Amino acid sequence: QFGAEFRRFSLDRYKPGKFEDFYKLILHIHHIANLEVMIGYADVHGDLLPINNDDNFFKAVSSAHPLLRVFIQRQDEVDYSNFGTNTLSRKKKALVTLRNDNLRRRPHINISMPHDFRPVSSIIDVDILPETHRRVRLYRHGCEKPLGFYIRDGTSVRVTPHGLEKVPGIFISRMVPGGLAESTGLLAVNDEVLEVNGIEVAGKTLDQVTDMMIANSHNLIITVKPANQRNNIIRSSRMSGSSGQSTDSTASHHSLPTSHVLQNFHPDEMESDEEADIVIEGGLEPQHIPKLHSLTSSSLSRINGSSLSHRLQRDLVLNNNSGRESNGNIHKLLSSLKTDPRHSLVIPRGGIEEDGTVITL
Amino acid sequence: QTVEHGFPHQPSALGYSSFLRLMAIGTRSGAIKLYGAPGVEFMGLHEENNTVMQIHFIPDQCQLVTLLDDNSLHLWSLKQHSGASELQEEHRFTLKGPPGSPPSATQITAVLPHSSRELLYLGTESGNIFVVELPSFRVLEDRTITSEAVLQRVPEDYCNRRLCELVEALREHPKNPDQILIGYSRGLIVLWDLQNNKVTHHFLGSQQLENLYWQRDGSKFVSCHYDGSYTQWPVSSDNRQPEPLENLVPYGPFPCKAISKIYWQTTKNGLPYVIFQGGMPRASYGDRHSISVVHGSQQTAFDFTSRVIDFFIIFSSEPTAEFDDPSAMVVLAEEELVVIDLKTAGWPAVHPPYLASLHCSAITCSHHVSNIPLKLWERIISAGSKQNIHYSNMPWPIDGGSNIAPDPPQRDLLLTGHEDGTVRFWDASGVCLHLLYKLSTVRVFLTDADPNDNMNTLGEDEWPPLRKVGTFDPYSDDPRLGIQKIYLCKYSGYLAVAGTAGQVLVMELNDEDAEHVVDHAEADLLQDQEGYRWKGHEKLKTREGPVRFEAGFQPFVLVQCQPPAVVTSLALHSEWKLVAFGTSHGFGLFDHQQKRLVFVKCTLHPSDQLALEGPLSRVKSLKKSLRQSFRRIRRSRVSSRKRRGGSGNASEVQEANAKFDQDALQEMELAPVQRKIEARSAEDSFTGFVRTLYFADTFLRDSSRHCPSLWAGTNGGTVYAFCLRVPPAERRVDEPVRAEQAKEIQLMHRAPVVGILVLDGRSTPLPEPLEVAHDLSKSPDMQGSHQLLVVSEEQFKVFTLPKVSSKLKLKLTALEGCRVRKVMVANFGSCKTDDYSENDLAVLTNLGDIQIISLPFLKLQIRYPCIRKEDVSGIASCVFTKYGQGFYLISPSEFERFSLSTKWLVEPRCVVDMPEVTSNNDEHKSGVENAVRKS
Repeated sequence: QFGAEFRRFSLDRYKPGKFEDFYKLILHIHHIANLEVMIGYADVHGDLLPINNDDNFFKAVSSAHPLLRVFIQRQDEVDYSNFGTNTLSRKKKALVTLRNDNLRRRPHINISMPHDFRPVSSIIDVDILPETHRRVRLYRHGCEKPLGFYIRDGTSVRVTPHGLEKVPGIFISRMVPGGLAESTGLLAVNDEVLEVNGIEVAGKTLDQVTDMMIANSHNLIITVKPANQRNNIIRSSRMSGSSGQSTDSTASHHSLPTSHVLQNFHPDEMESDEEADIVIEGGLEPQHIPKLHSLTSSSLSRINGSSLSHRLQRDLVLNNNSGRESNGNIHKLLSSLKTDPRHSLVIPRGGIEEDGTVITL
Repeated sequence: QTVEHGFPHQPSALGYSSFLRLMAIGTRSGAIKLYGAPGVEFMGLHEENNTVMQIHFIPDQCQLVTLLDDNSLHLWSLKQHSGASELQEEHRFTLKGPPGSPPSATQITAVLPHSSRELLYLGTESGNIFVVELPSFRVLEDRTITSEAVLQRVPEDYCNRRLCELVEALREHPKNPDQILIGYSRGLIVLWDLQNNKVTHHFLGSQQLENLYWQRDGSKFVSCHYDGSYTQWPVSSDNRQPEPLENLVPYGPFPCKAISKIYWQTTKNGLPYVIFQGGMPRASYGDRHSISVVHGSQQTAFDFTSRVIDFFIIFSSEPTAEFDDPSAMVVLAEEELVVIDLKTAGWPAVHPPYLASLHCSAITCSHHVSNIPLKLWERIISAGSKQNIHYSNMPWPIDGGSNIAPDPPQRDLLLTGHEDGTVRFWDASGVCLHLLYKLSTVRVFLTDADPNDNMNTLGEDEWPPLRKVGTFDPYSDDPRLGIQKIYLCKYSGYLAVAGTAGQVLVMELNDEDAEHVVDHAEADLLQDQEGYRWKGHEKLKTREGPVRFEAGFQPFVLVQCQPPAVVTSLALHSEWKLVAFGTSHGFGLFDHQQKRLVFVKCTLHPSDQLALEGPLSRVKSLKKSLRQSFRRIRRSRVSSRKRRGGSGNASEVQEANAKFDQDALQEMELAPVQRKIEARSAEDSFTGFVRTLYFADTFLRDSSRHCPSLWAGTNGGTVYAFCLRVPPAERRVDEPVRAEQAKEIQLMHRAPVVGILVLDGRSTPLPEPLEVAHDLSKSPDMQGSHQLLVVSEEQFKVFTLPKVSSKLKLKLTALEGCRVRKVMVANFGSCKTDDYSENDLAVLTNLGDIQIISLPFLKLQIRYPCIRKEDVSGIASCVFTKYGQGFYLISPSEFERFSLSTKWLVEPRCVVDMPEVTSNNDEHKSGVENAVRKS
């Protein structure tokens, strides 16, 4: 019945009540009282967001206009990657731009299952770099999130044989909110950039460094001297001696869940997965278009699929395949809705009618 | 870097030595250039980079003195060094007054190198004349001519009115080296005796003096004045204070501009040549830059296109000759050099062999073709000579020195495209870049300007008798006519030219005048893309019916791109008779044999609105940013005013101003230059911009059959390959050319593609079309597997063909932070043996560096800095030749030539020998024309 059953019911918009009651109501309506389920809803942007406490339940109800679309998934099948900001739009782009999307994509934002992480950044070469430096690798993979930072000229103080000397340097000047650089938490405004993919930036102009970073943007590794030196990794041998510094390795705001520390990560290790130019043979249409097409149409048919065969097929999918794919179904369903503005979740006003267990658009 | 071609940017001074027959030009950036016979060139640069104010050759010496605007004097010499002459700076000197004297006391206004070659007389602002010894620049204090000494015997009432005058002119007596004529700015002129240190004659001028000129025999001199008049004065031993012989305002009676320089030249027939600069009626012709030549009843006011810097007359300098007999007038204007033949009736201009005004209309593009076959070369020259009939046949009058450089090894053409729709063909084989032929595309189109409006059709009785001379004309009738791309096939004589408004013209060389209709085809590059609106300029209107073309390259077909955006790339294959063109919207292929469009391909990304709208939207954004910055300034002004409050005394205002300055500074500091770091994406603007087009006969489909192909690279890192089917020659006229898209390569890094090249089985670049047919190249190896080289701004990448799998790459930007701006295959021959040569890539980066990268292994061979990285127009204008040389613009009017090859080197190598000086010359010769202080 998962993925196949649709129910419509009403709630008091202004007094939705508690999440627990709602949860029970759901279980009751769908006659699945004996199962652990995860409840999600589609927000105004078409993102799939979870409902698991009073707050987000209230938020979900208040944002519904007029219909709140609630998705119920088995707890063990939940793909957390589907939750989060811009889930759908990002996925959509990924589908458009990447062919081997399935191989590369890994779920992200998952608090309880680290192996499902899709790294967006890492600290590398910790053992070979001075403690005051940090080498950060930004993974762009298929994700179309902007790198999102700016650099500027500045002056830096270096220790030289002649004492302290002022030398020109390149610094991070601004972070774009929501950009990859900001989301890692490993880079901050006023960090000095020392290297780009292993090449020192000393003696290079701002424009040169900009070009180098853009040229490496698919797999950018930058070595910085953080402006805030209090969050540096302290090696165990020195730990006892340091008093003023925090021993909490990637402390406070830097210990965001999306970052993790990799040691001995050599820049060249992942060279192989970089840039494969796309060659399209013959006078064919670019390949991604048919792919997208088939995908959209099939998932659309799933929505409209009132025919028994479709439902059977779906049930088969549910029974035989792992949870990941069923979540994929939900995801595809959502993305297909998103691909065509007419099917957008935002404007279903009167466009949706209940037809037993199937909604026709 | 070997030699500079063209006209010096911002010339500021001119000098000439009739002894060496060399001309010197100084510039505002402190450069000094010497020119003699074609090929004789020297260049020097003052360390200070200050404006050169005056240039004076030392009489009968290979030396010259320059005066800069920082009041320093520099002595330069031409010295022979291992067989060739070189220009070297020997000494520098700044005149120092007694302690406590004002700077004007030593500010030099006039320089006279004395014919004794040992003394230099320096007139100053204070009126004193200092004497320095050469070459040591030692000041001979006891010989200083003070204004007090001069004024001693001047009538009281006259000198009362004229105190503290600056020295305007110093002239040595042509026959008696012990006498010099001193002209003060307020009008007083005295003849000074050097032996007795006293004034011998007083000439009491009433008008502000501009300049002086001795007549040849020393019995009279001429002074010219600020009010546009000139005066003749007699010099005789019986009258020590003569009255003027004659006073004339040539363009009176209404107020006239100053006459800043005058020549009075005697001739055999008795009628003198009076040649003077300026003097035009102030109200109606005050804006003209004129030099008038009066000879008996003939009078012409040559009207120059830009400000006249200075001029000199070439005349008989033989001391034994009785008359001056002027032969030519050389005029240095701000933007060009004009030489007028004074011996031929009508005073025609002389075609200069060097110092060509490259920028007579702004250069918009250039194209270099090496090793032109003799036949084509001769045809171009003959077409050009028909255009030059109005020039004088006089041999070049400035002919000092001798060129000892070896003859250029081959005939090279440099083609420049200009804003006014012309293409100029320059002989770029040797040191002297000179114009061979000028081609205009304007005739094909209907423009606002009437081609018949000729400035020279003035009536006979027109006064003043102005005559326009010179070619400098920076005002384009229609910017859409501008030439953007040129492609010349040297074997077939086909020329393709593309312009700003999407026009592509294919031309053929015809030795005769002809009148014919230009076929017209349209290429809609947007195809069926909808919803786009072109907001840029309209296409050019074409002339209906047959058009008359002069001998030379004559257009026979016009392909008009739609929308009419700038043509950004062009390729011509003369063997297949195909021309390919690209704009920011897409590219197309045209069959110029059948005059049929083969195909078009739209490269536009659907979301790229900017490319669609044309150049207009960018103007808007500029406006917006300007408006914003004005707003910011206003805001900060308002805030500082508020802070000032009601009470506004001076100190507070000052304080507020200081505060405002500080705020402005702070604001600048708060918003430093920053650069966004973002990966390129498909949605970026102008990804569809076609950067490069390339024809190749290679293995595109499978490894057994090769076929003609067309390759196109875009700004978004996409490479398109089309398979072409060109019918064999016998059916070429009947069967259509077919094209089919075979491949599309998207570079993952999405950087603009700047070059595409196919290497044959021996890893040699494919030869040019018709090269093999003319036995000038080995036919390409079609046995081994071909390779494709794609050069983007960031990377060099070699792919195998036909499978297009990546084989090798060089990530230039990731390694060095520089981007590729220009790339070209160059053939480097060995200077030791003739049988070795290799092909490499010559690369110019955005930092102005030139790198040589080997083929096919993409190893960096050598790198050296060439152009300053701030010099964006220099980098943009760079062209490489096929044999490892190159050109770039160092100013709007000058090309710098450089050579990367040891074998091909074009640089001036010349000797200036001291002409023999006979002893009686020493006595009576003022071999030097004194250049004049600028008015």
